[in-house]
Amino acid sequence: MSTEVKQKESLFSKKNQKLLSDPFNDDNPITVQVLGVCSALAITVKLEPAIVMSLSVMFVLGAGNVIISLIRNLIPNRIRIIVQLVVVASLVILVDQFLRAFAYDVSKQLSVFVGLIITNCIIMGRFEAFALANGPWKAFMDGIGNAIGYGAVLIAVAFFRELLGSGALLGIQVIPDSWYIANGGFYANNGFMLFPPMALIVVGLIIWVQRARNTKLIEEN
Amino acid sequence: MKFVQNIFDKTRPLVEKEGKRNILYPLHNAIETMAFVPDHTTHSGAHVRDAIDLKRTMITVIFAMVPALLFGMWNIGRLHYGAFGEESTWLDNFLFGALKMLPLITVTYAAGLGVEIFFAWKRNHAVNEGFLVSGLLIPMIMPVDIPLWMVAVSTIFAVLIGKEVFGGTGMNLLNPALTARAFAFFAYPTWMSGDQIWINTNGEEGAQLVDGYSGATAMGELATTVGQGLNNPATETVMAQFGSGGTYSMMNTFLGLIPGSIGETSALLILLGGLFLVFKGVGSWKIMLSFLVGGLAMATIFNAFAVNEFMGLNPIHQLLIGGFMFGMVFMATDPVSGSQTETGKYIYGFLAGFFGIMIRVFNPAYPEGIMLAILFMNVMAPLIDHYVVESNIKRRSKRLANA
Repeated sequence: MSTEVKQKESLFSKKNQKLLSDPFNDDNPITVQVLGVCSALAITVKLEPAIVMSLSVMFVLGAGNVIISLIRNLIPNRIRIIVQLVVVASLVILVDQFLRAFAYDVSKQLSVFVGLIITNCIIMGRFEAFALANGPWKAFMDGIGNAIGYGAVLIAVAFFRELLGSGALLGIQVIPDSWYIANGGFYANNGFMLFPPMALIVVGLIIWVQRARNTKLIEEN
Repeated sequence: MKFVQNIFDKTRPLVEKEGKRNILYPLHNAIETMAFVPDHTTHSGAHVRDAIDLKRTMITVIFAMVPALLFGMWNIGRLHYGAFGEESTWLDNFLFGALKMLPLITVTYAAGLGVEIFFAWKRNHAVNEGFLVSGLLIPMIMPVDIPLWMVAVSTIFAVLIGKEVFGGTGMNLLNPALTARAFAFFAYPTWMSGDQIWINTNGEEGAQLVDGYSGATAMGELATTVGQGLNNPATETVMAQFGSGGTYSMMNTFLGLIPGSIGETSALLILLGGLFLVFKGVGSWKIMLSFLVGGLAMATIFNAFAVNEFMGLNPIHQLLIGGFMFGMVFMATDPVSGSQTETGKYIYGFLAGFFGIMIRVFNPAYPEGIMLAILFMNVMAPLIDHYVVESNIKRRSKRLANA
């Protein structure tokens, strides 16, 4: 009976859409759940690795959520963490090999952090909190939604850090060379932006702006 | 001043509740209370009034800083003309320095007050005097030739991240002036360290720098001796400058006749300001004293186990160079970011001085160890206070149990 009701629910019903859109703002993995912050600090110096990282996480989280959701009734509860790890690790190795084959430079820049997607709290968190209790389609939506929320913050931070720290975007110089003091101009890049602490401050500023605009996030008292 | 008041009086109906521009009321109120004494009084209840308030505390610190500031202006001119080997009277020196210093001060106040007024408007409170001291401290701890927009960016960062994030004046974890300097130091290292920036060398057309001119600070020179070992002939010329009669002799560093950040060079005048602060009860003598003892302790330990000339420097001399004195008198004593408990003040001051000398000597890449040490101890101050309070509670409850 209950399964029939579920099947009748359309693929993009309000509820399912919320799964996709909630993690973007109200339930953002980085700024609200405060998960996956380490990678947000480490690989956001430039925009390109941040985008690649977001796509990698999107693949791992989307596919992982579906797999876990499909086998959720087969996993013995006591060893579920190990099973989850096996799934993530396999997917991450796929991503890693893919990057090495087709985007070697970026893979070098991301270095250990591709491998560390395995330990990214967002992934295990979504497996535990969502995929183990929901059907594959919903789990997929949730995975993609969270990856988008994560990627959005990552890319925003990387945007500001690369623009202000190196004067470039995606490796292309956007601030005119003639502006720089060395060339007789007045401008200088902000070296602080290249340090990880500044990433933390930028994430903090994003949280500040988000909370100022989204009153739902403000705790009582 | 009457016409200024007229402007406020005329525009007030516009911004009051029924007015067309009532969204601007907090802004109007903020600027008005800054310009004039507010005319509203307490409506109910009894209130204890004290002669000392935020405004008076802040202005006392400003007074204490004035001697070092004026000396800094004079020193800018002296070093500038000295670099070209030109004759100059003290008035030339002073005027040259004042012309360099005024834009710095103006930009700092404009940037800092801009942020303050914006938040006063958003948060609907009056602009308070919190930025008064920071705004004068920031130009005093910058090198003379730093581009003005860097000062502005650093100031905005300091007020925003150092202060407003935590809730504004009185809530800040870090000293805002030092936050500004730390930001500038990490963001624009080329304009904040090295041996090119401490003396203004933009002379007239054709002017030549004198032979043997060096723009390095005392610590820049000392940093070159690290790794050379003690009594190495290679370091002899550097160390000769620290002997009597040299550029960085004990007397010169005490009087402040050396290159450095604008206000930090004259130990004598800074100490004078410090005495004034202690005498007025605004600055904590406990922090200053323990800061001095901490720095002296570390310098003495270094001196005893010296493996290079920097470590082997006379402990007193070590305290006279760099920002040690300025940090001790004006930075560490910040009543908000420092320790609050009386015992805590000793620990806080001692460790700040201790680590300051340690960072400076062990890592010459960070010549201003004092800045980093004070910021570090700012962060630790609440922890120190916590344990001081805990130990007080424990001791008293034991006393109660034994009674």
